[in-house]
Amino acid sequence: MSEKTKLRVATTSLAGCFGCHMSFLDIDERLLDLLELVEFDRSPITDIKHCGPCDLGIIEGGVCNAENVHVLREFRKNCKILVAMGACAVNGGLPAQRNHLDLRDILEAVYETEGGLARGVHIPNDPELPLPLNKVHPIHEVVKVDYFLPGCPPPADAIWKFLTDLLAGRTPHLGHGLLHYD
Amino acid sequence: MKEDDAILAVLARHGNDGSRLMQILRETQEALGWLAPETITAIARGVNWPRAKVEGTAAFYSFFHTRPRGKYCVLWSDNITDRMLGNRDLMQAMCAKLWLEPGRLSEDGLVSVNTTSCTGMCDQGPALLVNYRAVTRMDMARVEQMAELIRNQVPVEQWPAEWFRVEDNIRRKDALLDHGLVPGEALAAAMERGPAGLIDEIKASGLRGRGGAGFSTGMKWEFCRNAPGNGDQPAHYVVCNADEGEPGTFKDRVLLTSHADLVFEGMTLAGYAIGAQKGLMYLRGEYRYMKDALEAVLARRRDDRLLGKRILDKDFDFDIEIHFGAGAYVCGEESALIESLEGKPGRPRIRPPFPVTHGYLNQPTTVNNVETLAAACLVARHGGAWYARLGTAKSAGTKLLSVSGDVERPGIYEYPFGVTVRQVLDDAGATGCVQGVQVSGPSGVTLSADELDRRICFEDIPTAGAFMVFDCTRDMFEVARNFAHFFAHESCGFCTPCRVGTQVVARLMDKLATGHGSQYDIDEMFKMHRLMQGASHCGLGNSACNPLFDTLNKFRPAYERRLKSLEYEPAFDLDAALSQARQMTGRDDAGAHLENAE
Amino acid sequence: MSDQNTFLLDGEEIPFVPGQTIMQAAQAAGKYIPHLCWHPEFKPHGSCKLCTVKVNGRFGSSCTMEAATGQNVENRTQELDDKRRTLLQLLFVEGNHFCPSCEKSGNCLLQATAYDLGMMTPHFDHFYPDRPVDASHPDVMLDFNRCILCSLCVQASELADKKFVFVMGGRGMRGRKIIINSESGKLGDTDFAVGDRAASICPVGVILRKRVGFAVPYGERTYDKAPGSALEAAK
Repeated sequence: MSEKTKLRVATTSLAGCFGCHMSFLDIDERLLDLLELVEFDRSPITDIKHCGPCDLGIIEGGVCNAENVHVLREFRKNCKILVAMGACAVNGGLPAQRNHLDLRDILEAVYETEGGLARGVHIPNDPELPLPLNKVHPIHEVVKVDYFLPGCPPPADAIWKFLTDLLAGRTPHLGHGLLHYD
Repeated sequence: MKEDDAILAVLARHGNDGSRLMQILRETQEALGWLAPETITAIARGVNWPRAKVEGTAAFYSFFHTRPRGKYCVLWSDNITDRMLGNRDLMQAMCAKLWLEPGRLSEDGLVSVNTTSCTGMCDQGPALLVNYRAVTRMDMARVEQMAELIRNQVPVEQWPAEWFRVEDNIRRKDALLDHGLVPGEALAAAMERGPAGLIDEIKASGLRGRGGAGFSTGMKWEFCRNAPGNGDQPAHYVVCNADEGEPGTFKDRVLLTSHADLVFEGMTLAGYAIGAQKGLMYLRGEYRYMKDALEAVLARRRDDRLLGKRILDKDFDFDIEIHFGAGAYVCGEESALIESLEGKPGRPRIRPPFPVTHGYLNQPTTVNNVETLAAACLVARHGGAWYARLGTAKSAGTKLLSVSGDVERPGIYEYPFGVTVRQVLDDAGATGCVQGVQVSGPSGVTLSADELDRRICFEDIPTAGAFMVFDCTRDMFEVARNFAHFFAHESCGFCTPCRVGTQVVARLMDKLATGHGSQYDIDEMFKMHRLMQGASHCGLGNSACNPLFDTLNKFRPAYERRLKSLEYEPAFDLDAALSQARQMTGRDDAGAHLENAE
Repeated sequence: MSDQNTFLLDGEEIPFVPGQTIMQAAQAAGKYIPHLCWHPEFKPHGSCKLCTVKVNGRFGSSCTMEAATGQNVENRTQELDDKRRTLLQLLFVEGNHFCPSCEKSGNCLLQATAYDLGMMTPHFDHFYPDRPVDASHPDVMLDFNRCILCSLCVQASELADKKFVFVMGGRGMRGRKIIINSESGKLGDTDFAVGDRAASICPVGVILRKRVGFAVPYGERTYDKAPGSALEAAK
């Protein structure tokens, strides 16, 4: 198979823990089979900083701040197919459990009123830092998402099955044991 | 303690009977202002029900307050017709004058201002309820005076009587409103025929239920009569469904205001036909103001031997009691209404069994609409053949229409079935060009200007009576959005499709309204329509998407001109989602904002 | 099957005893009709609508509809399973269902049913409601974030335990909730006991015994071993 026919794949983690990426690496030696079929664009694997035109984009993590929105939009703009991978991308996951609290109260408690930080520390206002959103959202509430791969993280076998289905042109299907929300 | 005494007095008045919980809660609230946790506990002890069951009922109805209510509780009727008459601006003005946010009790606990579903005053809006008394024809001058009276804590009883005047606005009479019957006349004629003879006449008349579904009244009475009573205390019951909650409908209010005798006589006929000794009228809480007048009519009928023991000296005992609802549209569904009559949340029952065999207190019960019962008097007096000649082949008789919206003469119009929509519009003086007509309320059908030759009858457009007219200046999308919020507010919450589906639809409509929608969102609404129609537990959920479906098909540009894109738009306002962080950091640089669209 | 009463379920003849619902008859024949609020010990509630089937072309709840000769019942068709998946998605976004941090995960009928129906995403925008947690009882905690309003605890407490600890009250998505039978609204102030039938009836992770969470490891939990469809049909 010539280099040119390989599918271009980008991956990133937004408000996630990189656990899904770790699980992805757990496909182990099958990575070599995968690399016969795909090449990586922006991804923690390549350290490419911005996404170019791709066939497939895989997003881990939900959307909790402004930077997440920018990265997600970059992926959506460049990727023909966008996949939400893992619980946080699919439904907000652990970060979204802050959603029943008011963001102002959270910031105040973390930076002003509760102990733990050095004296004189205040809510940071450096323009370099992305501002948090009032609520954490799954990625499908910000851009159109084509496929969803749930799990916290999805097991390596599920990721493998999902990707091989997708690359072979089949609608991904995970049966009992592979489809997990936890 | 004074409060305990008040509760005990209410309980005693109702014989500590839990099945009368709705009335107990209402009267207790009228005495104490609201239903505090210890009040609920005391009532539960009094009726010997688990406390949670009493709280469950109290929490179901909009007009019961389990939190402090304030001395003045103002609820603006929020039907689309009230909106068209400017209720939103008036409410905002009232809130501004009282330094209030809608829905919030004022700091001093004096007043709250909020909205409520249609109060049935569409022909004389904008309307509101103040401490559950109906006020009509609001305007800016009244808003100012009312705010002043509230601030000065003038009791509602001392407010201008003119504000509480409710007009009949009868514009066209036909066989029913021109009945010419004197009290007892129909009943005497029926007794000549005997119960079976009466049912035969009703069947021969072709009379069908006026609540919209159109089931044969004679058949219903026959099924009920033939159903054996159940258990230790077998009985049969007549229930008059006066829970006129369909937005845009107010014909039952007028019948009960000016023809209460006819309605009560109809109930008595039904009792005679099915072999009942007791009739219950379930009157919507919004019509609480009618209580004294209606009870006076009942008292007079008892004096005239038209109710009570040995009616008209025959071997027939029957009496009627009025129960009040407390702000729940779903109770218009007959089995939900029966649940409510039994003191429970108004949740439609699983059917079968139907009320005609297992209804109120598990006994055979006929539930009939106010107008149906009134029409039954005409049949009893003049015979089935006479009545069957009115109207069309499958829709015998006449129909009362509650006409409101963009017409010169809103009010009650009675026509023989078969009248065209155009005729009604002409008679009511439809102003300017007609864009659409909502027949039978939000759960009915939205007609476009191309359909004005359609007919009001069971063969074409069945209706419970609402007839709301929208001229060319109106926004049909806003009409549908108003209805979407109505259903989300009124869904009982029992079944998944309706409980969550109505909320999803209302949220999508809001998204479109704020200019953030896309074709994707419209497709989502169609998907909800397909799910809810068929999978829902009762008619509310099954018909909740009707206005959406009709307007999307007939007034699609009203939606399309709001779309931001044809593809996809985020679920929420991205830039607004950074508002709290901006507030806390004081930042306003470019990085502190998000473009809502790429 | 000459004398026997039967109906057709997805083309297969299913015997029934007069008075049985379609669900009961299907269950007795080992056929799975997806469901959440139905439980063989209690009377049908008919609220989740997962068991919606098509009977002679018309939608109906199989848990409440009596079986009858001549019925042609469609069950696992694509049309119906699509509707069921949508209903599941509505339930997921209505509450706060974060499976990774829920100790009922792996033993949860909502989750298992969603697996069976291949639900890959909650799809709709989340409501993220603000719902309470009640840890006032010494042995049992309540996490209403996961409540799907099935009423099984209500029935179990009323009919099996004769206690009325739980009652369904309020109206609509924002109001409907389980009401606890005490003036404080706290479970600790009721006569609820860990041995009650209602303590072990919850199909999701609302009613949880304290101090036993996560005892069974991932891979060995109820629905790790077999799909919900297989286990429910064999109940």
